Amino acid sequence: MTDDEAIRCDACPVLCYIKPGRLGSCDRYGNQDGKLVRIEPHVVLDRAVSRGESVVPFLERDREWDGNLVTGQETFVTAIGAGTTYPDYKPAPFIISSEVKGVDMVTVVTEGIFSYCGVKLKIDTDRFLGPEQNTVRAQGEPVGHVTTSEYGSQMLSLGGVRHLTGGSRHEGTVACQTLLDLCNGNSVELAVDEGASVMVQAGKPPVVDGVCEERMRVGCGSATIGMFAKQWFGKVDDVVVVDDHITGVLSEHQAGKLLGVSETGIKMKGRRSTPGRYFKVAEPGTAWGGTNIDDPLSILQPFDPKEAWPGLRLLMVSTTGEHSAYFELNESLQPVEKELPSALKESVSRIKENCEPALCTVLFMGGAGGSLRAGVTENPVRLTRSVRDALTRVTCGGAPVYLWPGGGITFMVDVTRMPANAFGYVPTPALVAPVEFTLKLQDYAELGGYVDHVRSLSSISTDESRRRVSARTDNPWPLAPAKPPEAP
Amino acid sequence: MPRAQIRLLPEGRRLHLNDGPIDLIIEAFGAADQIELAYRAASARFVTTLDELCAELPLLRCEPNLESWPTGVIARRMAEAVTPYSAQCFITPMASVAGAVAEEILQAMTNAATLDKAYVNDGGDIALHLEPGQHFVVGMVERPDRPSLFGAATLTAAQPVRGIATSGWRGRSFSLGIADAVTVLADTAAMADAAATIIANAVDLPGHPAVLRVPARDLAPDNDLGERPVTQAVGALTDREISSALAAGVKWAHSLLSNSLICAAALHLQGQTRVVGDTLPLAQPATVGVEEGLIHA
Repeated sequence: MTDDEAIRCDACPVLCYIKPGRLGSCDRYGNQDGKLVRIEPHVVLDRAVSRGESVVPFLERDREWDGNLVTGQETFVTAIGAGTTYPDYKPAPFIISSEVKGVDMVTVVTEGIFSYCGVKLKIDTDRFLGPEQNTVRAQGEPVGHVTTSEYGSQMLSLGGVRHLTGGSRHEGTVACQTLLDLCNGNSVELAVDEGASVMVQAGKPPVVDGVCEERMRVGCGSATIGMFAKQWFGKVDDVVVVDDHITGVLSEHQAGKLLGVSETGIKMKGRRSTPGRYFKVAEPGTAWGGTNIDDPLSILQPFDPKEAWPGLRLLMVSTTGEHSAYFELNESLQPVEKELPSALKESVSRIKENCEPALCTVLFMGGAGGSLRAGVTENPVRLTRSVRDALTRVTCGGAPVYLWPGGGITFMVDVTRMPANAFGYVPTPALVAPVEFTLKLQDYAELGGYVDHVRSLSSISTDESRRRVSARTDNPWPLAPAKPPEAP
Repeated sequence: MPRAQIRLLPEGRRLHLNDGPIDLIIEAFGAADQIELAYRAASARFVTTLDELCAELPLLRCEPNLESWPTGVIARRMAEAVTPYSAQCFITPMASVAGAVAEEILQAMTNAATLDKAYVNDGGDIALHLEPGQHFVVGMVERPDRPSLFGAATLTAAQPVRGIATSGWRGRSFSLGIADAVTVLADTAAMADAAATIIANAVDLPGHPAVLRVPARDLAPDNDLGERPVTQAVGALTDREISSALAAGVKWAHSLLSNSLICAAALHLQGQTRVVGDTLPLAQPATVGVEEGLIHA
């Protein structure tokens, strides 16, 4: 009966020995890192602890359920934890009616099991994460790939049937866990083949190879020259804005020419695109401006002695202002690093200031399949048409979705707009996501809905098994009059 | 401060009693004064229940032994309920604790008051009281972690069933088997509780790689199952594997049925259901809005 890690719970005479991360026989008291804690009923401890919610310190008994009943139209029952219809074609677990402005509205609440689903991950960074199309791994298993980058962001596409059910059992399990963690707002470490390792979490800055990305670049190197040329004019003779995409050079750039900046004899490495704009000054990487260089001088060739002069002042800066260095040419026209003059410090901090915070954005994307739609109506294609016609609103845990045009009901949702821990999984492996369809009762009857199974909102009791959450003020109220679908 | 919590649920009909791991939802039907009498009797009986059980806890965590029989009235009921199985497999009185407690509280209510019908629901293990002509509709869920009805049964006073219990690896107690849920109808709640445990343990695929088993002691050091491996996860199984696992449980259920230890059982595993004891309309498609809120798992 001895176990060093276990603690003895003295909340009742059962006196359970509880191991770390486990609950006592009551399912209410648990061992969290060696401490006895009381958790709210029906929230499994390891989920609650890992997501930092619902854990109430021992003896704090005023967190008892307040006894509120679900009443009134200001309550919307989400599909989270509602259960699912798969693989049977029986009516969805909850079909709930509520009156909105004199019109009986029906919300069909179900949890869909999605094997055709995944995550579109936008990572705000110019650092090189890995070549396009390369495999993205979690715990060594392939879970997705690098897809086309967007302005200031690297894009990853994760999940999908090929990883969930098309590969080895372990690949599927890891892919499912990765999607689940990302969708529930947890951090995940990903590694790109021939690329970087990146820690991502919805709504948080990415951490690339151990370096936390704070800002998005203000623009490409050329755009940065354009934006700041006036502020530099007269304070420095030339400026190089280092950027893996397009490196800009003030004295050659159109913006410099218009101000009358003189030639400086600067010679860049890389391929010149148009005057003052250079591609490929270095290899992609995680250092200066998304390149692999730590020494900015390595992208310069010797200055042209016909144009350059001793004492020439040169600023080199990255597109985020994160890296900067100031040089003056000596008698033999070699750049010598000097302290950044205060007049230039200001412009560097201005670049920083104009960069938006770098974030990871997680969009869950899935398609509502046959059995899920059959849980709503006996004639599933009519549901699709009704959604198309904007008669039926689709929400995901009460959050608005972007519906893809074309066939089927394929949607994307920003997981940070959903209640916490909205996603689950089945061992298939596949993700379980909440889906609600809201429409007028009359329309519901017309599309062949299970009108016999409609329950009134007030009949949904608030016992301890139902979690009440506050609606987000930046989400449209799911029962408000339908508008055309909007992007998340 | 008294440990036990005693309160009416907000709708004013059902009584909620909680003490440590015991969590009861009680509803009595009949004249208002009789319901009040019954609820007072239930509460009075309840406040000492956990202490009575804990006084004999070490004994109740061992296989029943006539040489050292427990003394408490609930503890004796527990030991009696599991004794029919003890020659064939490992089982301790703890396998029927929930059903035995429900029975005891129900008995306190019916001794004190005249009721049309009543139930005591102890976390899904339910004791029933039915006067002639009365009935209950009971809904069943397959996954306690995300409740949705998979079936409903009507229980009338003319039938012998006065106890319902469900066991499965997803439930609160550990299971040696892989059933998502086995629901049993029996003469008493303690009998149903013990039988559901036995049948759920029997629904199994020994050695199957998709089943994750962990010694009970590694999860809960003082659990009565000790080193026995309990099911913690079950991967996707083929239809044939599901049939084979269910068949093992059905065999046990038939044996229990022929020995009058149960009235009926519904076995559920990954979408497939088997029903033993065809006299009851078990596992019919559920009707939404199940009467009396007897949904359980």
